[in-house]
Amino acid sequence: MILDELTTHPGEWLRGTGPMSDVVISSRVRLARNIRTYPFVSKADPETRDELCELLRASIKSASKDREWSYVDLSPLDELDRQVLVERHLISRQHADGDGCRGVAFSPTETVALMVNEEDHLRMQSIRSGLRLDEVWQEINGIDDLLEDRLEYAFHPRYGYLTACPTNVGTGIRVSVMLHLPGLKLTNEIERVFRAARELRLAVRGLFGEGTEASGDFFQVSNQCTLGRSEEDIVNEFKTQVLPRVIEYERQARQALIRDRALVLDDKIWRSYGMLRNARTISSEETLAHLSLLRLGIHLERMNAVDLQTINELFLMTQPAHLQKMLGHRLTGEQRSAARAEFIRKRLSDRRPA
Amino acid sequence: MNCQRCKKAIATVHLTDITKHEKREKHLCERCAQEEGVTIKPQHVHYNELFTHFVMAQPSAHELAQLTCPECQTSFVEFRNTGLLGCPNDYDVFERALLPLIERAHEGQSRHVGKSPRRLGHKRDFQDDLIRLRRHLARAIEDEDYEAAARLRDEINAIETK
Ligand SMILES: [Zn+2]
Ligand SMILES: [Zn+2]
Repeated sequence: MILDELTTHPGEWLRGTGPMSDVVISSRVRLARNIRTYPFVSKADPETRDELCELLRASIKSASKDREWSYVDLSPLDELDRQVLVERHLISRQHADGDGCRGVAFSPTETVALMVNEEDHLRMQSIRSGLRLDEVWQEINGIDDLLEDRLEYAFHPRYGYLTACPTNVGTGIRVSVMLHLPGLKLTNEIERVFRAARELRLAVRGLFGEGTEASGDFFQVSNQCTLGRSEEDIVNEFKTQVLPRVIEYERQARQALIRDRALVLDDKIWRSYGMLRNARTISSEETLAHLSLLRLGIHLERMNAVDLQTINELFLMTQPAHLQKMLGHRLTGEQRSAARAEFIRKRLSDRRPA
Repeated sequence: MNCQRCKKAIATVHLTDITKHEKREKHLCERCAQEEGVTIKPQHVHYNELFTHFVMAQPSAHELAQLTCPECQTSFVEFRNTGLLGCPNDYDVFERALLPLIERAHEGQSRHVGKSPRRLGHKRDFQDDLIRLRRHLARAIEDEDYEAAARLRDEINAIETK
């Protein structure tokens, strides 16, 4: 099964490379589309949903004929496998928990993922590591063109692409970047980012947290307004207004920490390393908090005991579903924490400082 | 659970803040979370709020509540409760009620700018052309203007075989 191969390595977006990757983890653009003459997903009866699944799957297959895309039918899939797809950011939590005929198609490197029958008939995303918004927009725009040749989208002369929820109508575009902001968090200045985002009417969410939980130092910033401005405009606002400011704030905060509180900073980073090297039981939240500090330490060249690749791998492999998948069986919360600690200890002791 | 900040509204935002030794949990209502700068937006809840404060305050609110889409049977009340429309047709059926909502959600905008499906555009144009040409053809035949009728027939054929 494809999923078993998946769980052994992170997708492209978690590679930790690309421009501004000290602050920007990944860039993503998502488009929402619906098919004309069909009801939206929540109003489609089981037969109609099956029909939509078939139609979309066939169109995706023909549009991607030269690429080796996988298609996963979600309805017969085990809950753990669906959770794996959520942790890899290939599907939304809502899609995992949904019902009826639904699926996801994705490219081998996982940069492209197309959800079928989520809230809209089609939700397509392109995601890559670092700040690469133009690239992801162009990629998903091209795929949208290919599908448009095969499908008739619901499009309104005034409102544009029609979506099940009117908050997505128009371009149906959602641009988002995942940011690592430990400097602003440690200096208690994270409010500056929230304020800047609010001014530009952007939403800020937690990255790996459950549902609406904004835990740790990872944040996802995305646009809310999808109507009345072109896709390029929305992408450009991110590139020219939002990100330079946030990246600058974060870098300043990091430099201030080195300048004013270097000892405390190093202590924090190395204590996190000590925790991960020695803990016998650890939650995924605590893991995330320590990995965040190690990532910061590596980028500031204050931590050499572990490399970025190991950190990125640990980010993903310590998530509940990946952990259980890797060990080959289901675990209780308590067992997971013990297994997680053991896995991390092993990984870190494999790579002693030179 | 009630909001820890205002102690009044129900807490819908749950945050976990991990510092060195402790894990602090915060439970806030939507408004307080926004005021604290954590703009977490459960879209559809946010939407319902718009309804109660805005749309339902309109004098015609009662009429609007009676509306139902003939194609998918979604009623406006249903949309108000779920935040989801039933089919593309609903944008026209509920237009009067939706328009202010759409403008609220999109910084006052209500007209699409940006990409549009190329194929759909062509098809629509052709469809319109065909309808017009067929009407002219019918009139030409009625008027026994066979020269015009022949020309129109050629035009129609040209579009149909495209
Ligand atoms: Zn409150
Ligand atoms: Zn309808």
